[in-house]
Amino acid sequence: MSTAAARYVGQSVKRLEDPRLVTGHGRYVDDIMLPGMLHVAFGRSDLARATITHLDTSAAEALDGVHAVFTGADLNSHNDSLRASLHPPESPAPPANMLADGDVRFVGDPYVMVVAESRYIAEDALELVDVEFEPLDPVVDYETAAESDNHVHPELGGNLAHDLPVPNPAQQEVFENAAHIITETWHQHRQTNVPMETRGIVASWQPHAGVMEVWASTQSPHEMQLVGARVLGIGEHKMVVHFGDVGGGFGQKMFLGREDMAVLVAAKLLASPVKWIEDRRENLLASNHARIEQMTVSMAVDEDGNFLAADLDQLEDDGAYPLGGPATPGAMATMLYPGPYRMGPVSWRARTVYTNTCGRGAYRGPWQMESVAREQMIDRVAREIGIDPLELRRRNVLKPEDLPYQVSTGLFYETTISPEQTLEQAAEMIGYDDFRAEQAKAREEGRYLGLGMALYIEPTSMGMGPLGTESAMLRVEVDGHVNVFMGTGSHGQSLETTIAQLVADELGVRPDDVTLHQGHGSGYGFGTGGSRSAVIAGSAARAAASGVREKVVAIAAHLMEASADDLEVADGVISVKGTPAASMTMAQVAATAYQNSDALPPGTEAGLEHTARYKAPPTTHSNACHICTCEIDPGTGKVTLLRYVVSEDCGVLINPMVVDGQIAGGVVQGIGGVLYEHCVYDESGNPLASTFLDYLVPTAAEVPDLETGHVVVPSDTPGGHKGTGEGGAIGAPPAVFNAVADALAPFGVYPNRQPLDPNAVLSLIASASDS
Amino acid sequence: MVADQISLSMTINGRARRGVAEPRLTLADFLREQAQCTGVHLGCEHGVCGSCTVLMDGEAVRSCLLFAVQADGADITTVEGLAPDEETLHPVQEAFRDCHGLQCGFCTPGFIVSVTAFLEANPDPSDEEIRHGIAGNLCRCTGYQGIVAATRQAAAAMKGSGQS
Repeated sequence: MSTAAARYVGQSVKRLEDPRLVTGHGRYVDDIMLPGMLHVAFGRSDLARATITHLDTSAAEALDGVHAVFTGADLNSHNDSLRASLHPPESPAPPANMLADGDVRFVGDPYVMVVAESRYIAEDALELVDVEFEPLDPVVDYETAAESDNHVHPELGGNLAHDLPVPNPAQQEVFENAAHIITETWHQHRQTNVPMETRGIVASWQPHAGVMEVWASTQSPHEMQLVGARVLGIGEHKMVVHFGDVGGGFGQKMFLGREDMAVLVAAKLLASPVKWIEDRRENLLASNHARIEQMTVSMAVDEDGNFLAADLDQLEDDGAYPLGGPATPGAMATMLYPGPYRMGPVSWRARTVYTNTCGRGAYRGPWQMESVAREQMIDRVAREIGIDPLELRRRNVLKPEDLPYQVSTGLFYETTISPEQTLEQAAEMIGYDDFRAEQAKAREEGRYLGLGMALYIEPTSMGMGPLGTESAMLRVEVDGHVNVFMGTGSHGQSLETTIAQLVADELGVRPDDVTLHQGHGSGYGFGTGGSRSAVIAGSAARAAASGVREKVVAIAAHLMEASADDLEVADGVISVKGTPAASMTMAQVAATAYQNSDALPPGTEAGLEHTARYKAPPTTHSNACHICTCEIDPGTGKVTLLRYVVSEDCGVLINPMVVDGQIAGGVVQGIGGVLYEHCVYDESGNPLASTFLDYLVPTAAEVPDLETGHVVVPSDTPGGHKGTGEGGAIGAPPAVFNAVADALAPFGVYPNRQPLDPNAVLSLIASASDS
Repeated sequence: MVADQISLSMTINGRARRGVAEPRLTLADFLREQAQCTGVHLGCEHGVCGSCTVLMDGEAVRSCLLFAVQADGADITTVEGLAPDEETLHPVQEAFRDCHGLQCGFCTPGFIVSVTAFLEANPDPSDEEIRHGIAGNLCRCTGYQGIVAATRQAAAAMKGSGQS
């Protein structure tokens, strides 16, 4: 039998999603309108930490149009298990509740839930809730939270969520004799995902049938099915999760929020369809925050700039109720710190603390602090020992002859990574030497130009635990068209197109003959996130298509009285190689398989469908190099990005247009994070960025044209792909930071924290004139 | 607290429509819930993100900042009203598809309506004018690369076809 030829993989096939989306005919969760549907508004704390001394909902309940007002006492008895499926039941966690009960623990903490005939009436009713608070001292500063006598969660007896020390005596030995030991503490600041569609859910309970039907804005329909069923105490066979269009997530919609669970329980108690659509204020204050962390790095370097060893101390803020449960990205960040370099032995410690702030959640590249700290540190080392930063990276980067490579922290790099190639491609794209000449000339003219780079390796498509597999159930219908059912949750990643491309090549049809169905009816999968869909879901789709193709060829060979080895399948036609006239269509084969099964080859099962589940290897690494240039106006502190180039290796590209789009989106989130975005809290724990006038998402006017280059080293997974969804947001922050630091170098200042907004830049310049 | 309902009439995507609305009902909610124009998306409800942009008497407006009663008698065009027929896209819609000017698609209707109005006013914009012309709409997926390219392509296409 012939092997499938790549006709569609590698092409920038126009997206199958787009006709409905560009005409306003997408179906997002807020577009679901059911008869008798009720609407939810949550009453949320305006104080960071307080005791609820009085709560009377009777006036709210009496308002016309209000169906119910729930408090923690009403709902929290259902909280048998609110944990995300990533975390085993015995994981340490904050007390599980959907609504605050007795006390509130951050501004935005929901303590009352109104269900009414319209959102307008529900919000009217919130005004009638009679509540009094006794304020308590909040824990706001995460740097001192571990030592505070005020406890965010009194039940836990302290604010330290995790403390993972991993000392390495070999590191300490190296430090004793190193030529240079350079130390700095790198800070990121509080940011948030900001999907343009906020979170939301519609839940509809069918009494007597015992079925909960759900439409959700989620990245993971199966997490909704699994955790929702657990919260409700029903079986997964009674939990029907529909997946429609989802307006972005960037990690925020991977797990159920406390509000999602409250809506599920309320819908069951009321036996009416219930809808909750988060408003933007709730989204900015109470969905999840991220990147509130710092890493103190000491690096030992020899006379020639060779990296010898590193010592890392990471501290991260988990907020009060981390979305998806308390995670340990700090441990990942420290373990991944060596990145694409020979780093020598590494010691590390990673701590996470609770504070009275919005909970931490996954945000595109949740552990990218490893690249932030490392790449900013390398530029600092370069400056301290007087070696050009590109040259310093060249001396230490892993080269093809070093692979495969065992990293001292336990990581293992396969032979299919290409950090040196992407470093060189990016340097060439930016015109490195020319820029340095231009920069020197500009400095003579009193202009401040800078260049920053970041090189990283990203562990994508992780194949462990609940993340390890995805399935595809593929069925050729009677007329020859193809339905594929998968556990993914595409929310901008274009899977309806890219999965169709993979299936089209493997099965021998056209992409627009294929429809991807996600949610109800698909087999378990962790969903879309963690740069995993191309490798894991893609491989499952490929395997399912391959299984069906084998049968298609066998049936066609029998009907055409030809040898299976002589047949080829393309664009829905099965033909004899070299004799195109001898052919039949996929529709003819399918019709035979279902409606004339007596004509099938002896022993062939009727029908034309196949289910495959793919188990991924532990990690599939992708890598990239970002380089950008900027100019700083020393009068206003404004940073203008001049050029931005990315050289990346995500293996075999399924759809180059989609890959470039993923990179661009991530890069601009990174640019926004360093230069504009900041979830500011005051000392009392009041959030100050509650609208888009305060939380500054970049607009088209702030970003340069991006230039993307591709190095293609296929991975060892079936299609040769590597994940690429998160990478842009991993590389951009240190690249932009390094560019600004480089532009400011003539002032003799050493920035070590973000954001680098105009105020921060002016303060740095002022600190130079003071000293 | 429930106010009187007020009768309204407006032209929505070329069709005369009647309805009733409380004075506080936003135009966005009226269009979504009573006129089935669910392509009008609410991304912030405070007039910054632009996802709810519609044309009111030819001018781009944020339907989250208007009450439905303010549009009484107006001619409204939403994203659903741009394509000439079910088989054909408007040049701006076509350009967004060609240039990968959308990923999740949530901000897209507002962008497409805004770009349509922008190109009416400025049929031959420079790249700089495009970047500033669309800076009133937020997108979190694309990094604006495909959107800028799509606006460029749509400008050329509409000029060629005499649509602007």
